[in-house]
Amino acid sequence: MRIGEIVPDTIARQPWRVIVPLTLLVLFGSTVLYSAAGGSLKPWALNHFLRYLVFLGMALTLSFVPRDYFKAAAYPLYGVIMVLLVLVELIGGIGGGSQRWLNLGFMTLQPSELMKPVIVLAMARYYDDLPPSMTVNWRALIPAAALLVLPAGLVIIQPDLGTATAICFGAVVVIFLAGVPMSWFIAAGLAGAIAAPLAFFTLLHDYQRQRVFVFLDPQSDPLGTGYHILQSSIAIGSGGFFGKGFMNGSQSHLDYLPEAHTDFVFATMAEEWGMVGGLFVLGVFAILLRWGMNAARRAPDRFSQLLAAGMTATVFFYVAINLMMVMGLAPVVGIPLPFVSHGGSSMMTNMLCIGTIMAIERWSRTGRRSLS
Amino acid sequence: MLRRLRDRFTQRTARHVSSGTLHNSFDRRSVLIGSMQGGLGVLLAVRMGYIALAENARFTMMAESNRVNLALIPPRRGWILDRHNNPLASNRTDFRVDLIPERLVDAEATLAELGQLLKLDPVDVQDLRDKIDKSRGFQPVEVATGLDWDDFAAISVRLPDMPGVIPQRGFSRYYPTGPSVGHLVGYVGPASAKDYEREKNPLLITPGYKIGKDGLEKHFEPLLRGVPGARRSEVTASGKIVRELETREDVPGHPIKLTIDGGLQDYAARRIGLESAAVTVIDCLTGGILALTSMPCFDPNAFGSGIGRLQWKMLNEDDHIPLLNKALRGLYPPGSTMKPMASLALQIHGVSPDERVNCPGGYQLGNRFFRCDAVHGAMDMRSAIEHSCNTYFWSMAHRVGYDAIAPVARQLGLGQEFDLPGAAQRYGTVPDAAWKMRRYKQAWSVADSLNASIGQGYVSVSPLQLAVMTARIASGRNLVPSLMFGHAMPEAPHLPFTPEQLAVAHDGMFRVVNGSGTGTGSKLQVANVMMAGKTGTAQVRALTSRGHVGDWKSRDHSLFICYAPTDAPRYAMSVVVEHGTFGARAAAPIARDVMTYLFDPGKAWAVLEELEKGWGGTPQQRMDARYNAYVAKFGVTAPKVDDESAVANAEASAEAAVAPPPPAPNAAAAPAPEVQVVPDTPPEPLPATPSPPATPKPNGVQP
Repeated sequence: MRIGEIVPDTIARQPWRVIVPLTLLVLFGSTVLYSAAGGSLKPWALNHFLRYLVFLGMALTLSFVPRDYFKAAAYPLYGVIMVLLVLVELIGGIGGGSQRWLNLGFMTLQPSELMKPVIVLAMARYYDDLPPSMTVNWRALIPAAALLVLPAGLVIIQPDLGTATAICFGAVVVIFLAGVPMSWFIAAGLAGAIAAPLAFFTLLHDYQRQRVFVFLDPQSDPLGTGYHILQSSIAIGSGGFFGKGFMNGSQSHLDYLPEAHTDFVFATMAEEWGMVGGLFVLGVFAILLRWGMNAARRAPDRFSQLLAAGMTATVFFYVAINLMMVMGLAPVVGIPLPFVSHGGSSMMTNMLCIGTIMAIERWSRTGRRSLS
Repeated sequence: MLRRLRDRFTQRTARHVSSGTLHNSFDRRSVLIGSMQGGLGVLLAVRMGYIALAENARFTMMAESNRVNLALIPPRRGWILDRHNNPLASNRTDFRVDLIPERLVDAEATLAELGQLLKLDPVDVQDLRDKIDKSRGFQPVEVATGLDWDDFAAISVRLPDMPGVIPQRGFSRYYPTGPSVGHLVGYVGPASAKDYEREKNPLLITPGYKIGKDGLEKHFEPLLRGVPGARRSEVTASGKIVRELETREDVPGHPIKLTIDGGLQDYAARRIGLESAAVTVIDCLTGGILALTSMPCFDPNAFGSGIGRLQWKMLNEDDHIPLLNKALRGLYPPGSTMKPMASLALQIHGVSPDERVNCPGGYQLGNRFFRCDAVHGAMDMRSAIEHSCNTYFWSMAHRVGYDAIAPVARQLGLGQEFDLPGAAQRYGTVPDAAWKMRRYKQAWSVADSLNASIGQGYVSVSPLQLAVMTARIASGRNLVPSLMFGHAMPEAPHLPFTPEQLAVAHDGMFRVVNGSGTGTGSKLQVANVMMAGKTGTAQVRALTSRGHVGDWKSRDHSLFICYAPTDAPRYAMSVVVEHGTFGARAAAPIARDVMTYLFDPGKAWAVLEELEKGWGGTPQQRMDARYNAYVAKFGVTAPKVDDESAVANAEASAEAAVAPPPPAPNAAAAPAPEVQVVPDTPPEPLPATPSPPATPKPNGVQP
């Protein structure tokens, strides 16, 4: 290995294949945020990059944590986050209205965000512990379902449908990959298809229902909820192939685009960088997710496999829902675009996922090494 | 089928599941998940390509229409000029604030904040609220105009907190002489919902844009309007202008030049003072109208932003009826001002001007005695005009019959409608036998002839008609009154009177003012200029008491017609003072001063300034004082104003109020300009008559 001869081994062994594209993406995100702030590093661009560096350090640290620590921490962490979720609910109940945050003094903590990687961790641990023969037994599904329903339920009543869906998605992907019979998923899919309309008209809040209606017909309410979708489409559509150029986006600079630096940051980017910028972002995510899935396939054992795949799925869910939303393929839900949107919680969650996958990659290397 | 399915199911569940099979399953399923992710990535890329490339043109256009705001620049309205090119209506730049009701988020909070910033009193705020209620949302409502820079800046700074409020710099209509030209020129105001629906022109709902609502402003709207300009500017989503992109200037509307002499118009209006009167001056050479005033009047400058409750109450409660253009739409019995005209009619029917009639103080008709106001003794035609002797005209009218006089009255302009822009005229009545039969189903009586011969009874004319008659008598030509300057007209043809016949009327009128007649107090005090005139006192009601005492409403109307200079008539004038008592007392002095203005303005102004000190200032100042008194007295308790149609209704009812009283059957024999007439006999029994001219178009004599 030529690099190994020049640079010290510890540096050469860092997962550069993911750090380099990821850093490029975050830098690109900072550029977009710089423009969205009207050509200023403050308040978003600089903050965004510094935050990334901090969380990158955290992720690299996490990557050195041994497998057994992860395994051991799975259920206790799950328990702690559950307690925090209940706490949020209680404080919210006292304060009146919806609350998603805990104010810790030095930062606001959103326990539902942390639950996204932690549910994957707990689920992977559960299926790792489950004897293989039990996987296909429906009784084994009950604890798994309980693990999932408890936090998802708490998050739904916050109410935060987007995060609840993200939690479910990560968990369900783990269950699916754990080898639970395909027929159950097909059955669940059918049941869902029947139940969804019922739930839509009974369980959802009015504003959520409204979002779905408007998603189906954005022009029906161009100044209300449909405004977001329409303005986002205008931003992306007017960008064309090469974009309007750095700092030239009228939709974001003139405040037509809502949440131009968070949920709709992709539209802000696409207006100025066009299709080229969009393909770059999609490309980086493709590298990232491919790297995650490869790490899962190469993982040395079942726990690592499920964990890596689940973490990848969680990141994927963020990316997929956000991009579908800004392109008018999904209703407006408050989910930011990983590594590009400004926001600490999402950066932390996603870097936790990345760090965990890095750790798994390291385990597989040491595992192989131990075999050889 | 079902059994086979169950067999397969039990077979699978019974299958031994090892970690190896799970590992294989993971591999397969992770490939599935991975390809789903890849598939979605491709879908997103395609979707983005569709939006950004295929739909690029559409969205680029939408982004542009977001970014660029196209604002109409209201065109500057064409000026209305007098004959010396002085503006009667101009535009002045000002800072203004408008408000678009449908963009208001919290109307009350915005109103409160505006009220505080602009120091509006409760009455203003109430008026503003009325206007917002009426506006149908999309129509802009004027909050204030003529702001100083500080107030304007204060509003502009707070704009983000007050959506729907639009401060701007623009032009507003300005009438330098205010009330003096109100009836003539009209006023402008924001387009009503009806106007907008008729025209569907976005200009009409541009904040600050006004259209003509009355008078010439309304009549010449298409000419005065001009072409709007446009301003393209880059705006944020909240409507804040980031920068100007490009501007296309407006094309101002065409100016309109009138025959009016602005100074004379203003002088005449102000000279009317506290009276309710109309002064009309006509150029005896061209027929051009030099002044057409009716006072009191509303202030067209104050009407521009809509009519406030108190303003409305004030106008409605004024018994001088400021909403009525008395010069064109007021109808009055002309009284003795008919006598010069009658003298011409008598002459062409063979009456010698030198024939004398003895006036013993009245005229005996059958068993009724028509009383003259004095014992005049022997009167010829000239002295009958000079002394306004009724007996002479009664006896002559009895001889020739009124049907011989009526055609001459019409020939001289009475009962006629003239082709003038602006407010529609009412043409009054020149009665004759056919008219009376048509209108009242009664035969014409000698008493009717006697009454009509001295301008009482059924006769009603407008001040404009009186002025036209005077101009035609003075010039001997068939002058047609005109308002538009510069339309070269062929010299008016001569009327079918001989110079000798005209000279008799002229001599009589000369002696009224300069001899020993009824108007000698109004002799012109200008060197080398003599004025000829004729007084008139018209009974308002059939009174047995004198018409110059008692309450204002039942006093006689005071009239005066005149022309000057007598040797070469140049100006003809009519003055009608409602309830002014004797013609010589109220109308003649006004006519004298207005005529003085035409020859010696300095002298005339000196007189007026002295008078205005006693009246409490100019009409504008008096109106302001009166409004403030109303504010102090009524505050916000005045009832709401309906809409513009209320103005029309008020005008109509005002006309009904000043229309000449019904020639009440029992008063038909009680004519009396300058005469106290007491019928000494029981009145002729007449059947109940229908209500007389109270509609805008009475059944007058058709030309």
